[in-house]
Amino acid sequence: MVEIVNTVETIDAVPHNSAALRSLYAARVKIHPKRGSGYFRNLKWLVMLVTLGVYYLTPWLRWDRGAYVPDQAVLVDLAHRRFYFFFIEIWPQEFYYVAGLLIMAGIGLFLVTSTIGRAWCGYTCPQTVWTDLFLVVERWIEGDRNARIKLDAAPWSFNKAWKRVSKNILWLLIAVATGGAWIFYFADAPTLARQFFTFQALAVAYATVALLTATTFVLAGYLREQVCTFMCPWPRIQAAMLDEDSLVVTYNDWRGEPRSRHHKKAQAAGETVGDCVDCNACVAVCPAGIDIRDGQQLECITCALCIDACDSVMEKVGSPKGLISYSTLRTYDAHKAGGLAVIGWRSFLRPRTFVYTAIWMAVGLVMLFSLLHRERLDVSVLNDRNPLYVRLSDGSIRNGFTVKILNMEQRPRSFVLSAEGLAGSTMTMTGGVGEALHEFTVEIEADKLRAIKVYVAVSPLLLGGGEQTPFEFKVVEKATESTPETRSIPAFFHAPPKETTP
Amino acid sequence: MASREKDEISGTETTGHEWDGIKELNTPLPRWWLWTFYGCIAFALGYMIAYPAWPLVKGATPGLLGYSSRAELVKDIDVARTAQSAQLEKVKSLPLEEIRKDADLLQFAVAGGRAAFRVNCIQCHGSGAAGGKGYPNLNDDDWIWGGTLDQIHTTLQHGIRYTADPDTRQSPMPAFGADGILTPEQINDVAEYVLSLSGQTSDTEAAARGAPVFADNCAACHGDAGEGKQEFGAPRLTDAIALYVSDKASVVAQINKPRQGVMPAWNARLDEMTIKQLAIYVHSLGGGEMPVP
Repeated sequence: MVEIVNTVETIDAVPHNSAALRSLYAARVKIHPKRGSGYFRNLKWLVMLVTLGVYYLTPWLRWDRGAYVPDQAVLVDLAHRRFYFFFIEIWPQEFYYVAGLLIMAGIGLFLVTSTIGRAWCGYTCPQTVWTDLFLVVERWIEGDRNARIKLDAAPWSFNKAWKRVSKNILWLLIAVATGGAWIFYFADAPTLARQFFTFQALAVAYATVALLTATTFVLAGYLREQVCTFMCPWPRIQAAMLDEDSLVVTYNDWRGEPRSRHHKKAQAAGETVGDCVDCNACVAVCPAGIDIRDGQQLECITCALCIDACDSVMEKVGSPKGLISYSTLRTYDAHKAGGLAVIGWRSFLRPRTFVYTAIWMAVGLVMLFSLLHRERLDVSVLNDRNPLYVRLSDGSIRNGFTVKILNMEQRPRSFVLSAEGLAGSTMTMTGGVGEALHEFTVEIEADKLRAIKVYVAVSPLLLGGGEQTPFEFKVVEKATESTPETRSIPAFFHAPPKETTP
Repeated sequence: MASREKDEISGTETTGHEWDGIKELNTPLPRWWLWTFYGCIAFALGYMIAYPAWPLVKGATPGLLGYSSRAELVKDIDVARTAQSAQLEKVKSLPLEEIRKDADLLQFAVAGGRAAFRVNCIQCHGSGAAGGKGYPNLNDDDWIWGGTLDQIHTTLQHGIRYTADPDTRQSPMPAFGADGILTPEQINDVAEYVLSLSGQTSDTEAAARGAPVFADNCAACHGDAGEGKQEFGAPRLTDAIALYVSDKASVVAQINKPRQGVMPAWNARLDEMTIKQLAIYVHSLGGGEMPVP
C-alpha cells in the first residue's frame, strides 16, 4: 500500500461522542485532545490568561472609600449586607441593580450567541477555561495525546503511578487556589488570607473552599466535556438563539467531500475527490470528542481548535485554508448551491441583533441613570399598632412610631427629624423620657441604619376629631457644603373615636 | 437454573410477563442505586441502635448515644444563658438608672423585659401594655404608685394589696357608702365634684355642695385639689385618665364601695434580674418618669 498524501499523517482518532457512536448505556470513553496550535489556540490562550487573571486577582484590588467602609474594590460583604463594586455601593434593598446586571448578562449572551455563536462556551466559560488549564498540566506531565493514550493503556508501573499522582496533586493545587480565591470576594482578602492559613477563619470559609475545590477538581479534571453535553442547560437554550446568520464552526463539506485518504490514486482513477484528506486532525484536537464533519451538533462548544488543526493540514497539502471555518448557515447554503458568498458586516446587522442591543443598552442606561440619581438617605416609618394610641393625663393623644433612618453615605451625617402637618404636636424620643420638642437632631454613623422610637402627642381638639390624620415625617440633612438631602415619609396619626373623647 | 427467556435485541432476560405481545425486560437496578439502597438499610440499623427508635410502653428505647431532644433544648438554653451571662450580671449588679443610661444594656434589658412581660403580665395588662378597665395602662404618663424606675421596680417586687407580702403597696380606700360613712346625697354631690375636677360636665350646684365633703373625707389621700398622692397610691382625679370608667355612675360606685385591684408580688416568683428588666421595659413604654432631684 502506498502512502499518497505525503506529509500528512492520518491520526487514528475516533469521535467518541458523535451521535452515531454514542450508546445510551455505554460508559464514557475518555477523550485525549491533542495539543492544538494556530490563531484560535492563541486567542484562547489570551482569553484564558485574562479570565483567570481577573478571577484570581480582583479580590486583591483596593479602592479607597474613606475611613468607615472597607477598601476592597470588589466585595460582597455578607456580614454587613453590603456589596461594593469600585465606586458603587449597594445596600440589600438596592439588589435590583444586581438583577439588572443579570438581565444585561442574559441579553448580552443572547446577542453574542446570535451573532458569533457559542463564543461563551468555546472561550470564556469557566468549565472550558479550567478544563483547558487542567489539560495543560496533564500534557506537561503525561505528554501529548499519543503518550497519554499509551499511558492509559499501560499496566500500573512506578512511572505511571508517579505521573498520575503528580498530575492529581497539581490539579488539586489549582482547585484549592480556585476555591480559595472565591472566598476572598466575601471578606477583606488580606485579613481572610491570614486567618485562613492560621486556621482562624470561619468554618463556612473552609467549607466553601472545600466544596469549590471538589467541584473544580472533578469537573475540570474528570467530567470535562460531559458537563457541557449532559449537565449544562445552555447548549439546549442556544439552539433557539442561533439562526442562519450566526457564526458557527462549520465543516465546508461542499469543498471537502468526497473525502479521501488517497487523493492522487483516486484522481488517477478518475474519481472526484474533495479537499478533505480524512486525516482526523480535527477529531484528535476536539475536546468534546466529536467529528465536526458530521455537521452542527449539540456537543460542539465552538472552541475552533479544529479550524486551527485543519488549516495547518490544508497548508501542508497545498489546499486553501478554511475547509473548516467559522461560517453561517446562510453562506454555507449559498456555497453548497454553487454560489459564492462571503460573510460581511451585514450578517451582524440584522433586526435581531439590533433588538438585543437596544434592550441591552436600555437596561444599562436605566440602571446608570438611576444609579446616578439614587438617594443616599432612606427613611421608613412604622406605626405602633399595639396600642394604636395612648391617652395622656392632660387629655392629649400619643402615637408611637419607629423611624428608621438609613445614612447610605460613607461618612457620618446628622439629620433633623420633625413631624410636619400635625398642628400643635410635640415629639419625645428615648422612651418618652426627656423634653417634648418639635424637632430632633439625629446623628447617624457612616453607612449605618438607626432606628429611633418617636412618640408624637397632640391634643384631640387640634385633630379636628379625625380618627386618622395624615401627616409626614420630614428628615433633613444638616449640611453645610452640599445641598441637604431631604426625605418626607407619609404617616397617619391615630386617635380614639369621637364619642369617647372627653 | 432454569433457562430464562432472553430478549433478542437487548440480550436482557425478560421477566416472563407479557402484555399484548410486549414483554417486560428484567433490567437489573443500576449498581450505584442498589448500593445506596443497601447503605440506607445499614444506616437505618445503626440509627435504631444509636438513637431512640423503638416505642415501648413508657417512652422509647433510649439508644446507645443517649440522645434526647429535650436534653438538646436544655443545652441550647444553657448556651444562650452563658452567652447572655455578662449582660445579665451587669443587670443584676448595676442600679436601674445606670442600666438605662447604657444604650446597649438598655436594649438588652428592654428585650428581656418584653419577653418576661409577655409571659407574666399580659394576662392583665394586655399584650401592648395598654391595660383595660381596672388594669392600668402602662404606656401613659399617669402613675398611681409612681413612674420612676425605682417606683416601678418596688411595685413589681411587692405587688399591690398582695396580702402574702408584708411590704406590699396598700391603699385601702374606705367604702364610704357601704359602711355608712357618707349619705347617698353626699356621695352624689362629691361624685359631681370629682367629675368637675377632671373638667367633665357636672351639676354645678351639686359639685359646690360636694366640695366640702371632698375636703373632709377625700383630700387627705387624693390631695386638696384632687391631684392625687403617689405615696398612698391615691390616683390623681384631675386628669383625663381613670382606672375605672369615668362616667358618673362609675364614680358613684367607686365611692360607695371601691373596687381594689390586686397585683401579685413578683419577687417570690421571678428572679431579681427579670424584675429589673421588667421595670426597665415598663419604664420604656413612653410614660416613664425621671426621679425629681
